[in-house]
Amino acid sequence: MAGDNSAVKVRIDNVVKMFNTRNGEMVALNGVSMDIHTNEFVCVVGPSGCGKSTLLNIIGGLATPTSGKVYVDDKEVDGPGPERGIVFQQYALFPWLTVEKNVQFGLKLQGKSQAECEEITHKYLKMVDLEQFAKAYPKELSGGMKQRVAIARAYAVNPEVLLMDEPFGALDAQTRTQLQTELLETWEKEKKTCFFITHDVEEAIILAQRVVIMCARPGRVKDIVDIDIPYPRNQETKMLPRFLELKNHIWGQVYQEYLAVRK
Amino acid sequence: MNNKKDTIWKKIPNSVWLLISFSAAMLLWIFAAVNWPLTFATPAQVLAALMEKLNNGTLWGHVGASLGRVLTGFGLAFVVSIPVAFLMAWYDPFRHVVEPWIQFIRNIPPLAYVFLIVAALGVGTASKVTVIFIASFLVMVITIYQGVKGVDVTLIKAARVLGAKQKDIFFKVTIPASTPFILVAARLGLSTSLTTLMASEIVGGDKGIGMMIQRASGYYQMDVVLLGIIILGVIGICFEKIVKFLERRYTGWQETIQQ
Repeated sequence: MAGDNSAVKVRIDNVVKMFNTRNGEMVALNGVSMDIHTNEFVCVVGPSGCGKSTLLNIIGGLATPTSGKVYVDDKEVDGPGPERGIVFQQYALFPWLTVEKNVQFGLKLQGKSQAECEEITHKYLKMVDLEQFAKAYPKELSGGMKQRVAIARAYAVNPEVLLMDEPFGALDAQTRTQLQTELLETWEKEKKTCFFITHDVEEAIILAQRVVIMCARPGRVKDIVDIDIPYPRNQETKMLPRFLELKNHIWGQVYQEYLAVRK
Repeated sequence: MNNKKDTIWKKIPNSVWLLISFSAAMLLWIFAAVNWPLTFATPAQVLAALMEKLNNGTLWGHVGASLGRVLTGFGLAFVVSIPVAFLMAWYDPFRHVVEPWIQFIRNIPPLAYVFLIVAALGVGTASKVTVIFIASFLVMVITIYQGVKGVDVTLIKAARVLGAKQKDIFFKVTIPASTPFILVAARLGLSTSLTTLMASEIVGGDKGIGMMIQRASGYYQMDVVLLGIIILGVIGICFEKIVKFLERRYTGWQETIQQ
């Protein structure tokens, strides 16, 4: 029960990550394995410290696993690559560049012509409804607008896999729901393999086809839940009995983990 | 009540404030000149000294010599401090060796080592430029180093994910992200250069504002002494204005706390 296409896009194979801390070795990830299918939307929930961001960084090529491997299209991940885009919680826009220059950053590195850059930038700024802010600097934008620019920037280089590290975590509840809906619309228009980290169970269910629950100390996969609610989904989906059922089920498991971490 | 007061003060334009401030300074100056005439020349006497030095052409020689030394010493220090700061930020072994020296020398007043350098290089321009170079380099390298070190790691990650290689990260992320620190360094470096200029010119030579002040004080020409001090102040303000202009031009993108 995965994406429309059941080919495996990302294979995470027994990934272990250890960090050296002052108190000795800390196991952040202890043998995590999972497959993410082409164009599938997967959300990961879990208490802080369960290594979900570390896992995202490893898939993105920004961190290397201590042992185990990650494959994208059967090719082993070795550093970041243009086929894997990341959207960060802190937006990570370049403050000295205007909105359009931010979106063009990756395109220019790919050696695209100015005309091509402008065309693509226009398309994606329109997608996130920020065309009229093309010449603005990030400091002139609200948090939600900044994150929309970051999403446009990630889409512009046309990655096959989109990795999102709690992208809406710093936003207020209203903006967050709005961006969730927008992200769903975007994903349905232009399918990508999405790996989305959140601590918000509702957010995970509304977005994902599968929700991965991770547990902490050491981080590992506790359960994977299929979300059998058909798309298109919107905020009203949250009223469905099935949604509430899934929410209770997942929340119960996550809550157990919160308790375990507190002990 | 307080708010009402605020609005009254806010109605006065900045140019009028400047005029008020200037008038107050002149009043203080005249007050000092009247009460301690042996120490403080009057504004009229200083103006006369200025005209005299302009007419016989010696003033430009002094100002030119001093400005030349300051700008050469500062310019060299600026150009050298940027790569050294980047090396310190990027290569730990380099930093471990170099940083203790920098911290050690930075706290020594330039007047202390000026004699050592004069002994090595003579009383000419070379020794003066060298002293200014050392002092402003040390100030700038520390400031720029802190800026480079503080570049947001997430921005570097974001650039890497978008396909940036080491070279792209340097030119398209690290340099623009450290520009605010480089400009703060330039401001500190310029004011240090001016301070150090005095130390370097006091040991000898025939031209320069420091020299002019020292010689005049020997003959008890207090009008010329005061003139020299004021000229240094004017140069300092000009430097400040130039850096402010560059900051507006190149770092306007920074998030600032709104008033």
